[in-house]
Amino acid sequence: MHVVVIGAGEVGTSIAASLASSHEVVVVDVDPDRAEQLKYELDVLTIAGDGTTSEIQTAADVGRADMVIACTDNDQTNLVACGTAKTLGDGFTIARVKSTDFLRTWEGNEGAFGVDFMVCTDLLTAENIVRVIGLPAAIDVDPFASGLVQMAEFEIAEDSPVAGQTVSQADRFESLTFVGLFRDGEMTIPRGDTGIAVGDRAVVIGSPESVQAFATDVAPETTPGRADEIVIVGGSEIGYQTARLLEERDFKPRLIEQDADRARWLAETLPNTVVMEHDATDTEFLSREHVDDADILVTALRSDEKNLLVSVLAKRLGVDRVIAVVDSPDYVTVFEEIGIDIAINPRTVTAEEITRFTYESVAENIAVLENDQAEVLELELTEGCGLTGRPISEIVADSDARFVIGAITRDHKLVTPRGDTVLQAGDHVILLVESDSVSDITSMA
Amino acid sequence: MSTNIRVGWRASVGLTGDVLAALPVPLAFPLLIALYYGESPLPFIAAIAVSLALGAAFRSVQDPEVNLGPREAFLAVAMIWFLVAAVGAIPFVVAGVGTVAHPVNAMFEAMSGLTTTGATVLVDFSVHSRSVMMWRQVIQWLGGLGILILATAVLSEVGVGGAQLMETESQTQDVNKLTPKISQTAQLIWGIYFGLTGLAVVVYFLLGLAVDPQMDLYNAVAHAFTSVATAGFSPEPDSVGAFHPLIQWAVVPFMVIGSTSFVLIYFAINGEPMRLLKNEEFHFYLGAMGTLASIVAVGLFLDPSVTYGAEGTIRHAVFNVASIVTTTGYASTDYVLWAPAAKHMLFMGMFIGGMVGSTTCSIKSLRWLVALKTFRRNLFTSIHPEAIRPVRISGKSVDEGAIRDIYAYLLLSIVIFFLLAVVIVVDAERADLRVTEFEALGAAATTFLNIGPAFGEAGPYGTFASFPMSTRAVMIVLMWIGRIEIIPVLVLFTKAFWTS
Repeated sequence: MHVVVIGAGEVGTSIAASLASSHEVVVVDVDPDRAEQLKYELDVLTIAGDGTTSEIQTAADVGRADMVIACTDNDQTNLVACGTAKTLGDGFTIARVKSTDFLRTWEGNEGAFGVDFMVCTDLLTAENIVRVIGLPAAIDVDPFASGLVQMAEFEIAEDSPVAGQTVSQADRFESLTFVGLFRDGEMTIPRGDTGIAVGDRAVVIGSPESVQAFATDVAPETTPGRADEIVIVGGSEIGYQTARLLEERDFKPRLIEQDADRARWLAETLPNTVVMEHDATDTEFLSREHVDDADILVTALRSDEKNLLVSVLAKRLGVDRVIAVVDSPDYVTVFEEIGIDIAINPRTVTAEEITRFTYESVAENIAVLENDQAEVLELELTEGCGLTGRPISEIVADSDARFVIGAITRDHKLVTPRGDTVLQAGDHVILLVESDSVSDITSMA
Repeated sequence: MSTNIRVGWRASVGLTGDVLAALPVPLAFPLLIALYYGESPLPFIAAIAVSLALGAAFRSVQDPEVNLGPREAFLAVAMIWFLVAAVGAIPFVVAGVGTVAHPVNAMFEAMSGLTTTGATVLVDFSVHSRSVMMWRQVIQWLGGLGILILATAVLSEVGVGGAQLMETESQTQDVNKLTPKISQTAQLIWGIYFGLTGLAVVVYFLLGLAVDPQMDLYNAVAHAFTSVATAGFSPEPDSVGAFHPLIQWAVVPFMVIGSTSFVLIYFAINGEPMRLLKNEEFHFYLGAMGTLASIVAVGLFLDPSVTYGAEGTIRHAVFNVASIVTTTGYASTDYVLWAPAAKHMLFMGMFIGGMVGSTTCSIKSLRWLVALKTFRRNLFTSIHPEAIRPVRISGKSVDEGAIRDIYAYLLLSIVIFFLLAVVIVVDAERADLRVTEFEALGAAATTFLNIGPAFGEAGPYGTFASFPMSTRAVMIVLMWIGRIEIIPVLVLFTKAFWTS
């Protein structure tokens, strides 16, 4: 595969590094020194110049490219780069953006800006934080259909209330599907009367809210509940998105923001968040507001230094879990060595997401489970493919493939699959497939 | 010394002239009634002549160069409400029958009508011609229409009828979205008003045919005019209490709808009923009415002297509470005879009012809701001083400036109400009349908040003619000020309004 990466910052370099071994990678960067340096670090071709111009893109052979990844630090540059790439060829374009507004526009109009896939750094980071906060019991969590659907894998612990129940007893949520059960490393596709035993690993697919609720059932001790105190320090875009996603999952977080206008805006936009306008490094304020009693504290200020300071303060005051957003990848280990529980780097998160996307497959999105015994795929159905126009129960009966449909999204809305649900062209289907059957399924789609 | 007047008064006077010149249209209705019943058409011909003359005179100073800005609108609104009432008083004076033959009484009756108050100075209803009685009803319907024009953002910069509140609720944006042109929006709102009035005529008349011959076409039209307008005049001395219980029940929904936001009614008619049903002000308004009615009903049940029976007790409680809270002012029975506890409940109900964007008067539910929510918010922020808590109504946050305005308005209303109560007591004592404090408070609230009947002599089956003439003159002014929500009149008395 011929891949052009525009922007050789931390994200671009990280993506280029993971693709260089198996693909033909060209990296474009405005800074000639950076381009020169990268040439020796990685086995890639580098071009110095403005990646938004067709001149440079032609030099990078974008016309022949299978994939163009625009991941500079500037949203507009990335969008223009994708737009230019679409004029030269029909490679798959991926743009990294910070602004959620661009993401909204793109989600509402497939193919807007000439972008085929958009990764919003801040939103992605917030989703990551919320996953870390909300599902500490999960072994593996992956988002599908731009965050509308989640796949999660849980190990059933000895004290779990779900142990000993049947699948139909455990799956009491409308928009949740129990898709797989691993016992002693063997996968079974669960039926309603399948029993769940201690040590089993359960795979569920559903809306993030229902997955959260299921996690509370599986591991009530470790999964935070509504009563748990979550404090977010810093009303940056990441802080705001984190609070918003937590609200969606029925949490009532507190958000501390120093800027008066921003605090007012946050308070108006987030009805279930208590917004406080103050400097979070003021220990007197923190103890007066009992931030020391918080179960989880997230630092999402705009500077790493301040995040470090607040994290250390919070740890010293006695906060249980501290999650810090760290802008510079070099500091991640430093943060964790100091004793901050989890340090999340938005660039790493973005690079991982884009890399995950570049795995060659018809599937829009995949997750591999348990030593490749099964895969969770997201398929976008096209007109006339083997899966549309028939109820799910018929497809299952007619096919030798072993798979379970976990969720369907139609026009950016979640549809809970039932036996009589008829799949349509344009639907995104998230399904668990046994590895042996993957080719059967992808040939049908 | 010469000071430049900075108000484009010519535009205000011109607009007032336009309104006066249009008055012959509503005046034609009682004129036709007079001709139909063979009564003297003279009162209405006189009024038509005066309104045409005044209208022409006012329009002649109109200056098309001057734009109608907020100041000019304030001046115009104050003038229109006063002068239309003055012209409206002419038929009573010319007819020259009963108490309203006196110019002050005639002005009281007309102002009470135009402000949709419903307080009357009539003593003997039977001496008046049917056409004059119908004019009382028409002028109230006109007052309801006028306030809807102001309240549904057509003149929103004046901020009367809670239009500025609707802005804070960002409902006016929605109104403007109904149609791109404000005159079309106004037509939609008026369409609902006309439609509801027509529906009330049909319902009352059919029920009259079925159960009560007293409710003839004349009475059906007369009461339809004053129920959707939440106005409260009735040609019957016993108000709605003169009719069959079934008709009394039928009047309740029209009063309640008249006090519901017409913008939300528009959405409800156009397939978005949830905007009305999920509106917090609507919940507050219905909740307040329901709670008060239940308390009054329980009070009446516990009162051994009350002999209405079960249905009657509930009906009188619901009807009279709804009449007071919607600021209509009908009565289904003489509640002056009730025990003090029940009467005090009605007195409390006078201060609530219906929804913003309706024909209702009084303080209005939205103001109370915002004030209560702000108070609760302030309790929270006194514990957490750094917390930022916007006050939300139906999920939308209310601007802090609007909250300050609401507090100021509440305070101003209460102060004016108390001053008026003091004036009533002092003036009555001067005239050697016995008016108790409660009666004075009731009369002050009912006129300033434009509800209608009070307690004691001025009860629903009584008359305001018993107050001294000077008190009635003060009441005329306060009905006028209260209806257009104080500010448009008060600003006229500031120097800054005229000169800066």
